[in-house]
Amino acid sequence: MKNSEQTILSARGIGKTVKSGSSDLVILREIDFGVIAGEAVAIVGASGSGKSTLLAILAGLDTPSAGTVELDGTDIFALDEDARAELRGRAVGFVFQSFQLLPSLTALENVMLPLELAGRTDADEIAREVLSRVELGERLAHYPKHLSGGEQQRVALARAFSVRPKLLFADEPTGSLDAESGAGVIDLIFELNRGFGTTLVMVTHDEHLAQRCGRVIRLAAGRIAP
Amino acid sequence: MKRRLRMLAQGTRMLGRDWRAGELRVLAAALVVAVASITSVSFFADRVSRALVRDAHQLLGADLVLASDHAWQQGVAEEIARRGLERAQATTFISMAITGEPGGPASQRSQLAGVKAVSENYPLRGRLRIAPAPNAPDAAAASGPERGTVWIEERLVTALGAPVGARLKLGNASFEVAAVLTLEPERGANFFNIAPRLFMNLADVPATGLVQTGSRVWYYLYAAGPREAVAALESWARGELGRGQSVENLESGRPEVRVAIERAQRFLGLTALLAAILAGVAIALGTRRFVERHLDGCAVMRCLGATQGKLLWVFGFEFFILGIFSCTAGVLVGYGAQFVISGILGELLRADLPAPSLLPALQGFLVGLVLLLGFALPPLVQLKNVPAVRVIRRESGVTKSGTLAVYAAGLGALAALLIWQAGDFRMGAYVVAGFAVAVGCFALVAWILLRMIASGGLVRRLGARSTSLRYGLANLRRHSRGNAVQVASLALGLTAVLLLTFTRNDLVDAWRRSAPPDAPNRFLLGVQPDQLDAVKQFFARSGLGAPDLSPMVRGRVVKLNGKAVSAADFAEERARRLVEREFNLSFAERLPTHNALVQGEWFAPGEDGLSVEEGIAKTLGWRIGDELSFTVGGEAFSARVTSLRRLRWDSMKVNFFVIGPPRLLERFPSSYISAFRVEPGGEPLINDLTARFPNLTVVDVGAALRQAQSVIDQVISAVEIVFLFALGAGLLVLYSALVATEDERRREAAVMRVYGASRAQVTGSQRVEFLAMGLLAGLLATAGAAAIGQLLAQRVFELDLPPSPALWIAGPLAGVLLLSLNAWLSARKVLSASPALTLRDSV
Ligand SMILES: Nc1ncnc2c1ncn2[C@@H]1O[C@H](COP(=O)(O)OP(=O)(O)OP(=O)(O)O)[C@@H](O)[C@H]1O
Ligand SMILES: [Mg+2]
Repeated sequence: MKNSEQTILSARGIGKTVKSGSSDLVILREIDFGVIAGEAVAIVGASGSGKSTLLAILAGLDTPSAGTVELDGTDIFALDEDARAELRGRAVGFVFQSFQLLPSLTALENVMLPLELAGRTDADEIAREVLSRVELGERLAHYPKHLSGGEQQRVALARAFSVRPKLLFADEPTGSLDAESGAGVIDLIFELNRGFGTTLVMVTHDEHLAQRCGRVIRLAAGRIAP
Repeated sequence: MKRRLRMLAQGTRMLGRDWRAGELRVLAAALVVAVASITSVSFFADRVSRALVRDAHQLLGADLVLASDHAWQQGVAEEIARRGLERAQATTFISMAITGEPGGPASQRSQLAGVKAVSENYPLRGRLRIAPAPNAPDAAAASGPERGTVWIEERLVTALGAPVGARLKLGNASFEVAAVLTLEPERGANFFNIAPRLFMNLADVPATGLVQTGSRVWYYLYAAGPREAVAALESWARGELGRGQSVENLESGRPEVRVAIERAQRFLGLTALLAAILAGVAIALGTRRFVERHLDGCAVMRCLGATQGKLLWVFGFEFFILGIFSCTAGVLVGYGAQFVISGILGELLRADLPAPSLLPALQGFLVGLVLLLGFALPPLVQLKNVPAVRVIRRESGVTKSGTLAVYAAGLGALAALLIWQAGDFRMGAYVVAGFAVAVGCFALVAWILLRMIASGGLVRRLGARSTSLRYGLANLRRHSRGNAVQVASLALGLTAVLLLTFTRNDLVDAWRRSAPPDAPNRFLLGVQPDQLDAVKQFFARSGLGAPDLSPMVRGRVVKLNGKAVSAADFAEERARRLVEREFNLSFAERLPTHNALVQGEWFAPGEDGLSVEEGIAKTLGWRIGDELSFTVGGEAFSARVTSLRRLRWDSMKVNFFVIGPPRLLERFPSSYISAFRVEPGGEPLINDLTARFPNLTVVDVGAALRQAQSVIDQVISAVEIVFLFALGAGLLVLYSALVATEDERRREAAVMRVYGASRAQVTGSQRVEFLAMGLLAGLLATAGAAAIGQLLAQRVFELDLPPSPALWIAGPLAGVLLLSLNAWLSARKVLSASPALTLRDSV
């Protein structure tokens, strides 16, 4: 990073329209904003306002109907899907509401997965180290179904941070958790955000959590509310 | 390159993890079963076909036989030894054998015998079999008769009244009867017009004074040894042959053994094909489940930066390595099974089979890999198409593209391989096409019926009474496409299981019946036309039943469509032999009952024509409409081939290669021949018969019959082993079909319970759904098994298969029981876990 004021993510004129039956359904329209490296941004809004859709577009998981997204200096929709996947592998981490751990892999193996996919030979050591940072150093060989929700989400966090991403996208990371373990996960996210200098883009329903982020973007009916 | 290696490493790691999770076991098992059945059968077929060649040599008594109508020049015998080959000698002639004291004519009996004087090491291939008394159990003889002793056929024992221990005279010398000869392999099936056999030691011949210049004597030299050396000797000998000398080669072999073994190989080949295709279905079902369970994981991996290509390579490598391991295991299992099969058939094929070659292992391996590629790749390819956005919106499915085309390509490649492996295009095509049609029919019928069962009216009428029933029937309708696939796969697995249990038993019984225990065990030869009535009366009086006496005319084929026929026209040894020899022709008004017309028409009254056995027609290249000319005792006749017949060689009845209408053949000198059965202890009747009609010859084919039966028994037990593989494959299909929808059903049941459905309602509705599906699958499978069974019996095995009521009861019952059991098991799984856990597991 040359400059701490560098814009790492910028969205320009994002629109998303889907066909629903015979009519077109507009989910997002004319979304414009930028995120500076190291920042923590919350996206909030009512249910159905398009938060998840926006996040998926920002991360290059979904394609917009209009507009461009520049991620780490690259116009991601000028790339094909495979190139976007490679970019994700290099620069982006994810945490989801439903954890999305692979049930047939142990905690350790789940964390190793992105490292292995990137062809790292030190996947095992790194994964152990990150897992101990999320205080799961003792549960390496456990399968997801034997871990509590909070523990599963911490494994997911460890997986996201294991590749030292520049950007972490989180879609309601505490949505499936009770208040206490949710708070634990959030503390961890901010700790890692600070510790690794990772930029954080988080969708949440939780106003209190949103306030802990440096900036809040409000969505209403597919637009950024003033 | 380095990237590929990394993906290979990743694929290996994933293989380990998925294996640990139990995701791949059904796939691996299916592959092992397929490869094992293919390799065991082709290992075995490979060894058997080589053993059959050797078997044919045993019929010859050696690898090569040189025959001469005068004594062999010294150089030839020496040449055999010089080339390092084993050598044996024999001389044959006809002589009168006499028992009793020369002085007392009252007790003196005599009979013309076909004498064969052999060196002690005769035969070089195969064994003579002898018994201590007529009808006593026989055993293989270690060598030919010792000096001063003779072995005689049962016919001679009774005709001469000379049991073991008696003495008889041949020319000037006297011999002790040391054993009853029960089997002379070299004589095989051509026992016509041969006087009863007497074996003696070659060294005793001069003492008899019987062999003098001018007497009709044949001299034989036998050689055996390595193939190349025998072949070299043969080409050398052909150059040395003088007038009256010939090289004898392979005779066609015992037709009844050949038929049994050919049938067994067809049975085996077919079963292996079935196992392979069933395994393919199990693989396809298993892979589909694998893919469904990996959709989320793949979406996550796409999020984590895996490209489509990478996913494809990683999963491709994972399956490839799985394939390598499973196929290797399959080859090893097949190799082991082949030993068991050969063990069972060991006696039939005589001692040491040639060692298996490597080709079958390669074939099995290839079939396994093609199975995996053809049936696992199409669903696997879908994995790479998982959109990454699925991690956020779960409903984001997979775009299905061209999977059908890939399946078709896989099936095509598999079919080609299987046909190559079976070496039988017609059968391979039958199986593959029949299979595709069956699957299509099953799915279609299941889909239509499921929709009908679940049609609105029925649901309303029945559903009013019970919620379970309403939900169950509604489920049937809602899932009609998925259920149709499931019912079709269940029906398929069940068809295989039924086919391999019920239908197999019926087929095997029909097969056993083809050589019934009351099959004829004697042939009666040489009945003159003017003796017919007297012989028939004799049979009726003795309680032997009415003999079906067939006329026999001996003729030589001289022309085909006006052109002279000679042995030199044919490359095949069997064809040459047939042309050189005299044919046994017969005439009849009607088609013999144990023959079946396969082509053309039986002669219309008042018309000429010839009906030819289809095998010989093929060997000699005769077709319907060809004109054949024969000479019978210097007189000639011609007629067109008007029909082809198929014979039951294993029926032990009298069979003729060529049959004409009476008006064509009646005018030639003929004798009559019949097959009949004598129960043990009936020998005195035979003696009475030959005493009353001294010109008749009775040949004991009991040994040959017993051999044919033991051949069939052994062959059947060998076939059963391969059945086990196919059965295993069928069970794997059943299992895969049952678990295919398990995940979805569990999720549904959990949701139902969350919304307050009672346990009874959940299980009840599933039970209704399963019951209907089970009944349907059972019925479809029963119909399938019955149809395929008939097709196989008639087209492939040429047997009559009576319809089986047991099958029609067991089939539907099996379907219902199976799915009820499954409903009960899955209900236990769903209900024992809390809904929350099930839902958490499944998201
Ligand atoms: N592919 C699609 N097809 C049709 N409708 C869609 C599609 N994707 C999203 N939607 C609709 O767009 C709207 C926004 O969806 P989105 O998931 O982004 O909402 P959200 O803000 O994340 O809501 P929540 O807080 O409930 O998660 C919803 O009404 C959803 O039904
Ligand atoms: Mg959302």
